[in-house]
Amino acid sequence: MRLRMSTSQAPAHDSVEDVTAGLRAAGYLPSESTALVCLLAIRLGKPVLVEGPAGVGKTELAKTLARYLHRELVRLQCYEGLDEAKALYEWNYRKQLLRIQAEASGTGWEAVQEDIFGEEFLLARPLMTAIASEHPVVLLIDEIDKTDQEFEAMLLEVLSDFQISIPELGLVRARTHPIVLLTSNNSRELTEALKRRCLYLWLDYPALEHELEIVRLHAPELSETVARKLVEVVGMVRALDLKKPPSIAESIDWARALLLLGAADIDEQVFLETMSVIVKHRTDMDVVAERVGVKLRSPADVG
Amino acid sequence: MSAEGLPARVLELGEELRREGVAVGTSEMIDAFDVLREIEWTSESDFREALAATLAKSQEDRRVFELVFDRFFFRAVEIAAVREDVREGDLASLDELSEEELDALRAEIAEAIRNGAEGTMRDLARMAIAAFARRQEGSGVIGVDVQRIRRALGLRAEGLEVSRPGEEAIREGLPREALRRFEALLRAELERAQIERTGALPPARPLGDLDRALPSGPLADLAAVQRVVAQLRRRLATQGLQARGHARHAHIDMRRTMRASLQTGGVPVVLKYRPRRPRRPEIYVLCDVSTSVTSASVFFLSVLHALHDTFRKMRSFVFIERISEVTDIFEHERDFKVVSERIANDAGVADISGYTDYGRVWTEFLAQVEDDLHPRASVIVLGDARTNGRDPRADLFAQIAARAGRTFWLNPEPQLYWNYGDSVIGAYEQYCTAFECWTTAQLEEFVKALARPGLAF
Repeated sequence: MRLRMSTSQAPAHDSVEDVTAGLRAAGYLPSESTALVCLLAIRLGKPVLVEGPAGVGKTELAKTLARYLHRELVRLQCYEGLDEAKALYEWNYRKQLLRIQAEASGTGWEAVQEDIFGEEFLLARPLMTAIASEHPVVLLIDEIDKTDQEFEAMLLEVLSDFQISIPELGLVRARTHPIVLLTSNNSRELTEALKRRCLYLWLDYPALEHELEIVRLHAPELSETVARKLVEVVGMVRALDLKKPPSIAESIDWARALLLLGAADIDEQVFLETMSVIVKHRTDMDVVAERVGVKLRSPADVG
Repeated sequence: MSAEGLPARVLELGEELRREGVAVGTSEMIDAFDVLREIEWTSESDFREALAATLAKSQEDRRVFELVFDRFFFRAVEIAAVREDVREGDLASLDELSEEELDALRAEIAEAIRNGAEGTMRDLARMAIAAFARRQEGSGVIGVDVQRIRRALGLRAEGLEVSRPGEEAIREGLPREALRRFEALLRAELERAQIERTGALPPARPLGDLDRALPSGPLADLAAVQRVVAQLRRRLATQGLQARGHARHAHIDMRRTMRASLQTGGVPVVLKYRPRRPRRPEIYVLCDVSTSVTSASVFFLSVLHALHDTFRKMRSFVFIERISEVTDIFEHERDFKVVSERIANDAGVADISGYTDYGRVWTEFLAQVEDDLHPRASVIVLGDARTNGRDPRADLFAQIAARAGRTFWLNPEPQLYWNYGDSVIGAYEQYCTAFECWTTAQLEEFVKALARPGLAF
C-alpha cells in the first residue's frame, strides 16, 4: 500500500472563489477560467483536457489540485508505444507460475484457473490504481498527444464510464470517482471522441501582472522592481520567434538565480550572464542576446 | 433576457456555432446545461468560460466561440432592448468640438489603446463616434464608417515586427491587438446605434476567414491536411497491409526462453523476447521544393509532415537539383514550422542554378535506395515535372517504378497546363498514376482513388 495523505476533510469547493483560494493556498495562482474549469471538473466529475504551450503549468495544476483537495495524485506519463499493459493492468506472470508450481499436483485445471486469475495476481497500473482506489484520487494523464490513437480509444471506456473490462475477471467498476486531467502540447490533433468526453481548458502564458504575481509568490525576497523588470523581459523574449520560449518555471528559476546573485537590477550585463536560465538553445541565445540585450542597454546610454 | 428564455438562447448559440463549423454535438449541449447548473450564470465571465469549456474543444474553436458568443449576445441584448423600448441618451451634444479638443480626444484614445483598458476604450469609442460620425453623415455601411473614424483619429498600427537591433525606434504605432479591439468596439457601438435607429436587427453575416484565423496560426491548413492523411491511413489499414497492432508486440523467443528455464527447473519464469527488428520502410516520398513550386511546397511539406505523423515506415526526400533525405528531420521534430525552417536551411538541395534537374534526382534516388525498393514499397512524387529543358531521363524513372510496387505522382499544377512548356509529366505518366493535387479536396480525391480496387498499395 502506498503512503496516502490524510483524507480528513477536503476544503470547501463550492464556488469559483473557494477553488481560487484553495489553489492559491496550495501554491498555484489560477486564472479565472482555470479556477472555473477546476470547479466544474470537481462538481461534474468530468475529465478536463488541458492544452497549451510547454511550461505554462499544466502538470503543476494537477499536482496542486491534488494537494488542495487532499487527494493522492496518480500520474500516467504517456509516450509513444504506451500500451494497455503499462497503463491499465498486467497479470503478474511470475507469481502465477509460482502459484501453479506450489499447487499440489492433481488439482483440477478449473480450480487453478479460478485461482491464478484473481485480483491477487493483478499488477495494477496507473489507470487501474486510480479507479480501484478506496479514496478518490486525482488522475493525471500527461502528454496524451504522445500516444497512438489506439490508446486514446482505450481511454474512452475509462473516462466516460470509469470502468475497465478485464476478460478473465470481468468488469472492474470505479469504487470512487477520480478527477481526471489530461494534458496535451497540441503536437497532434486528438480524436473527436476523446474531446467530446472532456471539458476543455486552454492555458496560455499568463498576462504580465499575473506572471508577476506568480514570480513574487515563488521568490518573495526579490524586490518588486526587479521582479517587474524580469517579467517584462521574459515577455519580450517570448515575443521573439524562438525554438523554445521560456516557460513560467523558467521565469521562477531566473528570479531565484537573480536572488542568489544578489542582483539589484537587470541590465545588459546581468542579463547576458544569466540568460542561460531562460533560453535553452544555442541559436535562440544568439537571437535573444542580440535583440533583448540591446534593449536593456539603451536606457542606460540615455540616462 | 428572462431566465426561462435562457435554455432557448443557449440552444440557439449552439446552433449558431454549428453554422460556423464548430463541432457541437448533443452531448456537448447536455454538458453545457450541466455546467450552467453549477455556476452563477449571472456573472458574464463565468458564464462565458463555462460554456467555452464545454462547447469549444480546441484553440481554433475557442476563437470562433468568442466571436460568435459576442455577436450572438450582443444581438440578443439589442433586440431585447428594442422590444422593451430602452433607448440610450443622445450623444449629439458633442458635435461642436474645436480642433484642440479633437486633438485631445485623439491623444486620449491613443493612450487608452496603448494601455488596453477595455472600459475606457468603450467610452472613448462612443465619444469618437459622436465627434466624427456626425460631421459627415454616416455612409450607412458600418465597415466603411469604422475605417473613416479610424483615419480621422489618425490611429496607426505598429510595424509588423520590431526587427533588427538598430530599428527599434519605429515602435510608434499602437499595439495591433488592442487596436483591433478598439475597432471592434467602434463597430459594436455603430451597430447599436443602427439597431436603435431602425428598430430591427441587420441580417447576421457569417464570420470571415480573416476574423476566424488565429492571430499567430498560419497552420490552419495543416490541420486539414492532417485529417485527410488520417483518412488515407485508415483506407490503407482496411486493406490489411498495416501490420501493426499484433505485430507491434514483442514475440517470445522460445529457444532462449527454454534455455533460461533450465535454471528454474524447467519452468519458464523469465521470458526472453525476440528483439524487434526495424522493417524496411514502405513508403518513399520525393518532394520538389524548387522555386517553380514555391506556392505548393508549403502544402507539400505539410502533406509530408502529416504522412510522417501517420506512417512509421516511410522515408522522405526533398529535391531541387539534387536530393536530400529528410526523414530524420521529420522524425525528430514535430513542429511543422521548425521542420520547414530546417529543410529550408540545412537540406542543401540546390546546387548551382536552383532549377529542378529530374534526371539527376532519379540517378541519386536510385543510388540511395535501389536495393531497398521492393514490390510492397510505394513511391510518391510531389512535383510539377518541369525540367527546365533538361533531360527528363524517363528511363530511370521507369526503373524506379518497376522496382517499387506502386508509383504515384501528385502534380500541383492544374491538368490544363500539363505537358505545356517544359512540363514533361507525360513522359512519366506512363509509368505511374498521376494526380492533380494542390488543395486538400484534391488530396482527398487521391485518397479515394487509392481505395479503388486495383490501385491499392
